[in-house]
Amino acid sequence: MTAVLSGFDLAHRLQPKLPDAVVDATPEWVEVKPNRLLEVCTFLRDDPELDFRFLSSLTGVDWLDHFEVVYHLLSISRNQATTLKTRCDDHDNPEAPSVVAVWRGAHLQEREAFDLLGIRFQGHPDLRRIFLWEGFPGHPLRKDWLNFPGGQMAGLERYPGEPGGKLEGRG
Amino acid sequence: MAMKTEPFVVNIGPQHPSTHGVFRMRLTLDGERIIDADMVIGYLHRSMEKLAEERSYTQNIPFTDRTDYVAAMTGNLAYVLAVEKLCGIEPPERAQWLRVIMSELQRFASHLMAVGVFANDCGTWQTPVMHMFREREKILDLFEMACGARLTTNYMRIGGVSRDVPPEFMPAAHKVIEELPKRMDEYENLLLENEIIIARSRGIGVLTPEVAIDCSLSGPMLRGSGVAWDIRKADPYCVYDKLEFDICVGTDGDAYDRFLVRLAEMRQSIHIVEQCLEMMPEGPVHSQITTATAQPGGAPSAPLAIRVPAGEAYGRIESPRGELGYYIVSDGGPAPYRFHIRSPSYINLTPLRDLAIGTTVADAIVILGSIDIIVGEIDR
Amino acid sequence: MPVLAKWYDLRDLGNAVGAFLDWIRDLGGPDWIPYVVSGLIGIVAILLWLLVSQLAFIWIERRVIGRMQARIGPNRVGPWGLLQPIADALKLLLKEAITNRYADKPLFWLGPVLIFIPALVVFAVIPFGEGMSLADLNVGVLFVIAITSINAIAIFISGWASNNKFALLGSMRAIAMLISYELVQAFALLGVVIFAGSMRLGDIVAWQSEFNTWMFLLQPLALVAFLIASAVEINRSPMDISEAESEIVAGYHTEYSGIKFGFFYAAEYFAAFAVSGVVVTLFLGGWTAWGLEEWVPGWLIFLSKLYLVFFLFIWTRGTLPRLRIDQLMAFSWKFLLELLFIHILVVGAQVLIWHEGDYPAEVVLPIFAVINWTLAVALIVGWATFMGHLSPERRAKRAVLTQELGAIYYRPADGHGDRPTRPLEEA
Repeated sequence: MTAVLSGFDLAHRLQPKLPDAVVDATPEWVEVKPNRLLEVCTFLRDDPELDFRFLSSLTGVDWLDHFEVVYHLLSISRNQATTLKTRCDDHDNPEAPSVVAVWRGAHLQEREAFDLLGIRFQGHPDLRRIFLWEGFPGHPLRKDWLNFPGGQMAGLERYPGEPGGKLEGRG
Repeated sequence: MAMKTEPFVVNIGPQHPSTHGVFRMRLTLDGERIIDADMVIGYLHRSMEKLAEERSYTQNIPFTDRTDYVAAMTGNLAYVLAVEKLCGIEPPERAQWLRVIMSELQRFASHLMAVGVFANDCGTWQTPVMHMFREREKILDLFEMACGARLTTNYMRIGGVSRDVPPEFMPAAHKVIEELPKRMDEYENLLLENEIIIARSRGIGVLTPEVAIDCSLSGPMLRGSGVAWDIRKADPYCVYDKLEFDICVGTDGDAYDRFLVRLAEMRQSIHIVEQCLEMMPEGPVHSQITTATAQPGGAPSAPLAIRVPAGEAYGRIESPRGELGYYIVSDGGPAPYRFHIRSPSYINLTPLRDLAIGTTVADAIVILGSIDIIVGEIDR
Repeated sequence: MPVLAKWYDLRDLGNAVGAFLDWIRDLGGPDWIPYVVSGLIGIVAILLWLLVSQLAFIWIERRVIGRMQARIGPNRVGPWGLLQPIADALKLLLKEAITNRYADKPLFWLGPVLIFIPALVVFAVIPFGEGMSLADLNVGVLFVIAITSINAIAIFISGWASNNKFALLGSMRAIAMLISYELVQAFALLGVVIFAGSMRLGDIVAWQSEFNTWMFLLQPLALVAFLIASAVEINRSPMDISEAESEIVAGYHTEYSGIKFGFFYAAEYFAAFAVSGVVVTLFLGGWTAWGLEEWVPGWLIFLSKLYLVFFLFIWTRGTLPRLRIDQLMAFSWKFLLELLFIHILVVGAQVLIWHEGDYPAEVVLPIFAVINWTLAVALIVGWATFMGHLSPERRAKRAVLTQELGAIYYRPADGHGDRPTRPLEEA
């Protein structure tokens, strides 16, 4: 079984090396400051006891007031996994450091996150749109992309088959 | 006198016989040699991740068929596993075995396509792919028997599978499984030993294990580079821990090795299905939670909507193309708040540029064929 | 062969033509009339035969390849799909022949025409039966090589005029290939010419008939080399590099549609028939079959052999993948040519010994055959070993099966053994 390294454990390991990097930790994930992200990632990759050399997945989540970039890491030699998060506070113009220098596997995934969510990854060698064409209006995976009239927003308001409830989105 | 030459740009795709869909490679050529390569994708982009935010968890299952349309079963499985992880649902025993049978049959069918099309990319005039289709048809017939669909199966449900297999499924599956090893011998003789395929693919597109791990490659791409990593072994989901099978790895990391690993995995899949057919218990195929919410009076079936607690989960499985992950964030509402697909085809394209530069057009096609892309999964 | 010289003696179709020409001559008139008429009759006959054979073989090829690919093949148009080629031809005729706006129009038009001509003209010198050739040139072999080379120009014209990058790549590949294999072709035929002592195709068949042997028994290497070179010439798999479907769409005829494409398609078949005809004439005894020609018309024997050789091309198409252009070129320059040099040397020496020593053919020829066969096998295996084609890096292998999760089995090019270089560390 792939051991899931808890966020607390990871935070404890990070604390002595990079004292002020960790912002928050839960059993599932650990959140680090964006300006220390590269150091944290390099440490996670190079530390022989962690050895997270495989970046499983990189994606962003729109939390309406801020963006979150989520990194799912995997260590092949130790068979363990963990989740790392960082936060982009500026919702209109989110920026995060690029981790392409640490894991090349982030290259296409960061381009995807840029294309669909509009997160600018600083230091990415080739940050262009990938699925949509240049000049596409906005970034479709953002929750506020295409606001409907009347303040409706994307999302499902009620359970299918459930009676009642407004038909408007969750504005 | 030095001749004045200038590079020219060739668009391989989006309409091209060997881009496996609407994938486009923009190659800058100096004669036959590639000096720059770029990929242009998105022709099949349907923004499934956005669409999924508008639909309930159960309604999203058909989308997972349509990402990797050559391996719909594994797409289903990865998604329902992620949701089950989020809800803490444990599906009943029989459903788990059925899931393994289906995903291994699907792996076999998908690898048949991959191997046949790779041979096509090496220049055979359709012969291997036609032979592969013959076997794939039989597996698709089994799927049709189990769930009524052949390609977009929509079989897995959150907490089980859509329905139990009919009684005639077992003998039919046994019959197919008995026949496949003979065919495998045929393919190995025809393709692996083929002098021209060896000449075309050995030493082409070499990836060292360091690069493969660094580029987040997975599946046969990673194993072809000699890294013994298989999520079915590393993080056994369903009942893979009760089954006996080997990880197939290559030693050279070239296109031939990736091809080789796929062929070897097909044998392992047959072996797994054999064991499953032996060991599968009787019993229900939906979990308690889902049957409880079924419509009164009707047969037990998976419900249209389930209440998923707020939280997030990342479920990964070994799809035929590699690590297929679903990252699902729930805010407790009826639809996922964020639905992200970590698609192996897409991420496996990361080293394409580096692999292609310096080779010839013919090699680039072979390299692309060895990556085994499914455009539906790249663009999503 | 007893010459009945009656017009109805079908063993030689020339009898009927001759009778007809005699009749014209008896009518009086200038001398050139029977000459021109005889030429016209020959041309029409060859064209008709080619068209019928082509239509038949399109059907046969599609059915045979269908069988090879575990499917049925065309079976909807007419009985057993027999009318499928006609339907295809009609479709090609009716379709619009699109000309790309930026194409070089005269050349674009010239390409398909030019590719058609050499494929047809080769048949002029091929003897379908004893004396049944349109033009019995005394430099027949040279003529064949010269005419088939024109192909290269036509292919380049069509590739260049299309103004399409795939077409240009295809024609570049075609030129490179054709030039490399021209030499192979010439050298392969040279050995035959040395033995037969004549370049006249009819004489070569007669030589084979006289000594009761087929040339491929004496010179297997030349046959193999010539077959490979002709597969290149006619763009047949595994050498269909210049129209490699999976790489450059359709190569030099990517931009052609309608009947212009039909011309390329037909020319490919005609060229295939032509090289099959040359192979049969030079290596497989032409219209002779060890006495069978006494009973069966020689042209029937010739045609059945020709179709068999053509079947070989269908077979390779159904089974083999495609080589890469540099591999194919290397095969010509680094493999076949060297072997053919040695072959020519040996063959030349053999003829010298035979003629100088005045030995009887019954003694000498079997010895030569044994020597040449041994030499061919030894040369091919030896040269392949020398070039490293038999080294483990170029052989088939199997995947490593392991239970050891996280181990790395990658073996760098200079490493050895399938042992994990870094076993799983205990977490």
